[in-house]
Amino acid sequence: MFKIAEKKLLAPDIYLMKVEAPRIAKTAKPGQFVIVITDERGERIPLTICDYDSKTGLVAIVVQAVGSSTKEMVKLNEGDSLRDFVGPLGNPSELANMDIEALKKEKIMFVAGGVGAAPVYPQLKYLHGLGIDADVIVGSKSKNYMILEDEMRAVSGNFYPATDDGSYGFKGLVTNLLEDLIKNKGKKYDRVVTIGPMIMMKFVCKLTKKYGIKTIVSLNSIMVDGTGMCGACRVTVGGKTRFTCVEGPEFDGHLVDFDEAMRRQTIYKSEEAVKLHRQNDPQEKGCFCKIDLGGVK
Amino acid sequence: MDRFKRTPISEQDPKERAKNFKEVCLGYTKEEAMREASRCLNCKKPGCVPNCPVAINIPKFISYVKEGDFESAAKVIAESSSLPAVCGRVCPQETQCEKNCVLGIKGEAIAIGKLERFVADWSREHDINTSKPLPYNGKKVAVIGSGPSGLSCAGDLAKLGYKVKIFEALHEPGGVLVYGIPEFRLPKDTVVKHEIDNLRKLGVDIETDVIIGKTITIDELLNGGGYDAVFVGSGAGLPKFMNIPGENSNGVFSANEILTRNNLMKAFRPEYATPIKIGKKVAVVGGGNVAMDAARTALRLGGEAHIVYRRSLEELPARTEEVHHAKEEGVIFDLLTNPVEIIADEKGWVKGMKCIRMKLGEPDESGRRKPVEIKGSEFLMDVDTVIMALGTSPNPLIPSTTKGLETNKRNCIIAQEDTGLTTKDKVYAGGDAVTGSATVILAMAAGRKAAAAIHERLSKEK
Repeated sequence: MFKIAEKKLLAPDIYLMKVEAPRIAKTAKPGQFVIVITDERGERIPLTICDYDSKTGLVAIVVQAVGSSTKEMVKLNEGDSLRDFVGPLGNPSELANMDIEALKKEKIMFVAGGVGAAPVYPQLKYLHGLGIDADVIVGSKSKNYMILEDEMRAVSGNFYPATDDGSYGFKGLVTNLLEDLIKNKGKKYDRVVTIGPMIMMKFVCKLTKKYGIKTIVSLNSIMVDGTGMCGACRVTVGGKTRFTCVEGPEFDGHLVDFDEAMRRQTIYKSEEAVKLHRQNDPQEKGCFCKIDLGGVK
Repeated sequence: MDRFKRTPISEQDPKERAKNFKEVCLGYTKEEAMREASRCLNCKKPGCVPNCPVAINIPKFISYVKEGDFESAAKVIAESSSLPAVCGRVCPQETQCEKNCVLGIKGEAIAIGKLERFVADWSREHDINTSKPLPYNGKKVAVIGSGPSGLSCAGDLAKLGYKVKIFEALHEPGGVLVYGIPEFRLPKDTVVKHEIDNLRKLGVDIETDVIIGKTITIDELLNGGGYDAVFVGSGAGLPKFMNIPGENSNGVFSANEILTRNNLMKAFRPEYATPIKIGKKVAVVGGGNVAMDAARTALRLGGEAHIVYRRSLEELPARTEEVHHAKEEGVIFDLLTNPVEIIADEKGWVKGMKCIRMKLGEPDESGRRKPVEIKGSEFLMDVDTVIMALGTSPNPLIPSTTKGLETNKRNCIIAQEDTGLTTKDKVYAGGDAVTGSATVILAMAAGRKAAAAIHERLSKEK
């Protein structure tokens, strides 16, 4: 069992949890993830690591309650325990393995979308520790969905917020903002790291390809074990099948087949709809006659 | 009694069991077991023992069964095997112990596997303690992986007085016994759990959720972790794919994924959160035991299940019993057929599989006749789910994070056959991590050999 030492609401339905996992806190590196199981009957849920501290033994994760399993997870409070917390999984971020002098010569831009800010934060923090302050664009629906702003501002160079509704910072998509910075504001970047919804990463990559900027993405594919056993997370990169869990989660964004990756994320959509319905309406357990789930097999 | 005829064993009705996940074979009753045992000729030079990878004294345990002394029978088996309830169910007896049974020349070999299973089940139900550990000898051994090789290595060492800790990457101990082999062949809550509880009773500590190479390394275990030796039994868990067009379409899964979702995550039970997706018509590509398991699982989840295999019935690597059970349950065999492409609809979901007919040519290196494509024989199979069961290979995670631990071209850890010693001092390995995917009994034998070698070495150190 892994105790939740701290739980904080960051935005509607988005929580930060600091979990007691001393071994992981000691070995985690930016870019890695954990697999979390809430309880006995729970799913194995991959979640990126947001922060870790070997002194306190705490590992921070950010959970957005969107699916039935994440909704169960956020019901837990401080002092409660998660059944399982496994990691650190996946490869550390490419940045964490690069030569520091080479890294210092690069101008780096992070583009985060929604809860994608969570895995971006440890990378910014790592770079800041080396004396490198990277720029960052964070996009969200509106101001109240913008997470970890103060934390990121403290360890980044320029911080550019963007919201869909214009309630904070730039009004529009992160790609519009990025293009504005490059085209009109004279900003030059050697590397873009983008983490967020697949569709956002796809369009960031499209844009950076146009400008010839190397771009790294971190994929959030469907997984079961997270150690290379199931192959659910396979993705086509440069025409080759790769496993996100053990060969990623970072890949060269210009080589990723995003259309396939997005399609593969929908595999269990209809099963999920059934589960969510049950969760929301416990009286109707097992009866789906009143709802139209479209395509439920 | 006809000495040449096997005592029949009761099984769940095929029509019934094709709809549930309960065990297929119901096992012998006391009387049936004694009757079957009484067929044994108790040969002076038994054909069975040399063909058992762990050399169980088969005639001896069978003679106890004949007399109805099941406790003594259990003790005989326990001298050589640490997982009899498992091996009695999943061992390929027909190619091992039962193959050279003298009764098999004129009639049917003794049902050694079924008798082993009976004895193990009886001893579990009667809570028979087959072993007592020696007092703690002051030495600690770490075992990586809680599958058949790790369990048997840990059990043997614990009996010899070692403090043993097993590190398991998944959230439940048991390895392939839990994530791979389905409930209908190997019940988890009774059989597997009992084997694991037995180890705990011997003082073995099992920690789940630890990925060696990620959470903690072998070097950390040996240097500062307080362990005197390490046994690696991390199995062969990486699935293979065919690398044919369309293989990443929605609806194409590895057998590992389907089996893990269903067995480990219990997706077949609605109260568990993990989803599973099986369509109306399912093609399982491959002919091994895992392919049979996947097909029979798909069938139980409501799909029409096909085995698509490129050779003929005779070359099927799966156990005869599994093939027989699969057929009884309604699995359709499309033999001498090989997929060449998976066809997806406009939304990316599988809508068919293009296959080519094969014929058998000259024998290849494996001694089996090589399948050759029949030109122009391509046809479209109407399926909406494809499960690839093409074998697995060892996970490179441990070798890639352990300095000095060498592997061969197939990612298998290099280890001495008689001791399991790897290229790294104090590190031993066995089971599928060394051989690539093989059987439970071979893994168990390797775990036991390594335990003996570890003891041999550590008992000399003061």
